[in-house]
Amino acid sequence: MTLLEFQRRMMKAVMQPLASSDRIARKMADGRPMRIEAAEFITPNSRLSSLERLEIYSRSYWYRALDSLYDDFPGLRAVLGQQAFHRLSRAYLADCPSQSFTLRNLGARLAGWLQRNPQYAGKTFALALDMVRLEWAHIEAFDGAAEKVLGPEDLIELGPDFRAGLQPYIRLLEFEYPVDRLLIQVNQASEEHEEASNTVLKQKHHGLVQRVTRFECERIYVAVHRVDFAVFYRRMAAEEYRLLNALREGQPFGRAIRTGFKDSPVPSGEQPSMLERWFAAWAELGWLCPPARAGQKKQGRISQ
Amino acid sequence: MPANRFNGFTDYGIGIGLRIPHYAHIFDKKPVVDWFEIISENYMIDGGRPLATLDLILERYRVVQHGVSTYFGSAEPLNREHLRRLKSLVKRTKTPWLTDHLCWGSVDGTYSHDLLPMPYTFEAAEITARKVREARDFLEVPIAVENVSSYAEFHMSEMTEWEFLNEVVERADCGILLDVNNIYVSSRNHDFDPYEYLNSVPGERVAQIHIAGHSTFTKYILDTHDHPVIDPVWKLYDHAIRRIGPTATLLEWDDRIPSFDEVHAEALKAEKYIQAPAAAGL
Repeated sequence: MTLLEFQRRMMKAVMQPLASSDRIARKMADGRPMRIEAAEFITPNSRLSSLERLEIYSRSYWYRALDSLYDDFPGLRAVLGQQAFHRLSRAYLADCPSQSFTLRNLGARLAGWLQRNPQYAGKTFALALDMVRLEWAHIEAFDGAAEKVLGPEDLIELGPDFRAGLQPYIRLLEFEYPVDRLLIQVNQASEEHEEASNTVLKQKHHGLVQRVTRFECERIYVAVHRVDFAVFYRRMAAEEYRLLNALREGQPFGRAIRTGFKDSPVPSGEQPSMLERWFAAWAELGWLCPPARAGQKKQGRISQ
Repeated sequence: MPANRFNGFTDYGIGIGLRIPHYAHIFDKKPVVDWFEIISENYMIDGGRPLATLDLILERYRVVQHGVSTYFGSAEPLNREHLRRLKSLVKRTKTPWLTDHLCWGSVDGTYSHDLLPMPYTFEAAEITARKVREARDFLEVPIAVENVSSYAEFHMSEMTEWEFLNEVVERADCGILLDVNNIYVSSRNHDFDPYEYLNSVPGERVAQIHIAGHSTFTKYILDTHDHPVIDPVWKLYDHAIRRIGPTATLLEWDDRIPSFDEVHAEALKAEKYIQAPAAAGL
């Protein structure tokens, strides 16, 4: 057996989903008994069988990966409940094991996977998907790249043909539910109930989620950004959302403004004052930067 | 010793791992610490708070990078994106040497995020050594590989773990991060004499030493880094220092992390062993 053959074999065994009660799987995916598979490459000793030695690594892998998702998606946990979240996590990891050197990227494919596997979220699918997208954006905004902020001296020639970029760490998202507020409330509840029992916290989360799913379906536009290294969610008008996306795509200001207000119910007389307010906010938050050069990654996303 | 070409001819003393729960204490009290070890992967990012915090640490302290996912022992080629980010961090920290584990953890682009043990074969030694050389040439910094704790051995092995370590470091002409706690843990799990292991290590290649605590279960010992160092590990450390000479030493404490002062005090216990040979006129 070559090194590569050995590693493929052991990795397959280690990553085989755990059985109930978190013991190592009894069988490989092809039905072969795990006990026989382990014995073929692992030496037993006087205290541990080959299978028991393999189990140490299998459990370690699954616990580490599950813990990572647990920490990264508290909002999704609240939406689904603990058991459903656990089922979803195991299924996701079985389909989409890590393809990055860092666990930071473990949830990168969760939104796409959930869209293909809506049964894991049941009736809360739309809310769960919104929440996953927000929580992944939060991770990206936390440690995404920042470019030099455009200052007044850079904007002196601002005109319809001027181009600017949007800071790479900013994520622009459209949601069906007010998940930004829900996630803030979930995290606040978790902090407040640090000393209380899990049951109290579960009830609190359940109440928050119920309220959102029953009464609060509304289309919202959110920029996930950061100030002084802390991540914030800023609600936007649809027009501002479209304008910022157009800028990020490389459109000059004049065209981006037309894109933003296309089919907008906002009277043209009110548009200049809106633009003035948005520009003031972007300048204060340092959102505008030089446009991305050709071939440069637009969102500073870590390649997988 | 301890200055040698594998630790950039430095003479670092006793350090501890830089951990988030200690940030407030470090920035508020500015304690005297000889050096900090950082987990490279925590800072191989594009921006944000982690890098800003690291820059503040670098203004005041010496930092050495320790990696967990280069996976020199994986049969697949080195991940170029990983190396590119690692090099960027090396330039930022100016780490005089860089360490990662003598293990594997990825195959066909899928990552386990674990330190999986090697089969001790000549083929594995050659592949591993080649990757260490490639990484060193690209990163332009001395590299030392760390022996890992293990819980499994393989039928295909052709030598002992210490023979394998020697094969790799000779072929790669690289340094060793000697983890005496890992030697102890593996010796208990695999029934070998830890002193035989220690005595076989080429002392002139040791760039750094790790010490740590572990957890004992009924049938095996787990390298958990969540306890103080136990006496048998201190004895191994003492033996290593007497053989190799005073060497840059780092205490690992990664789980159930106590206060900064407690961790630092535990690390500084190494001083009496480092000073003992000099006091004895050795």
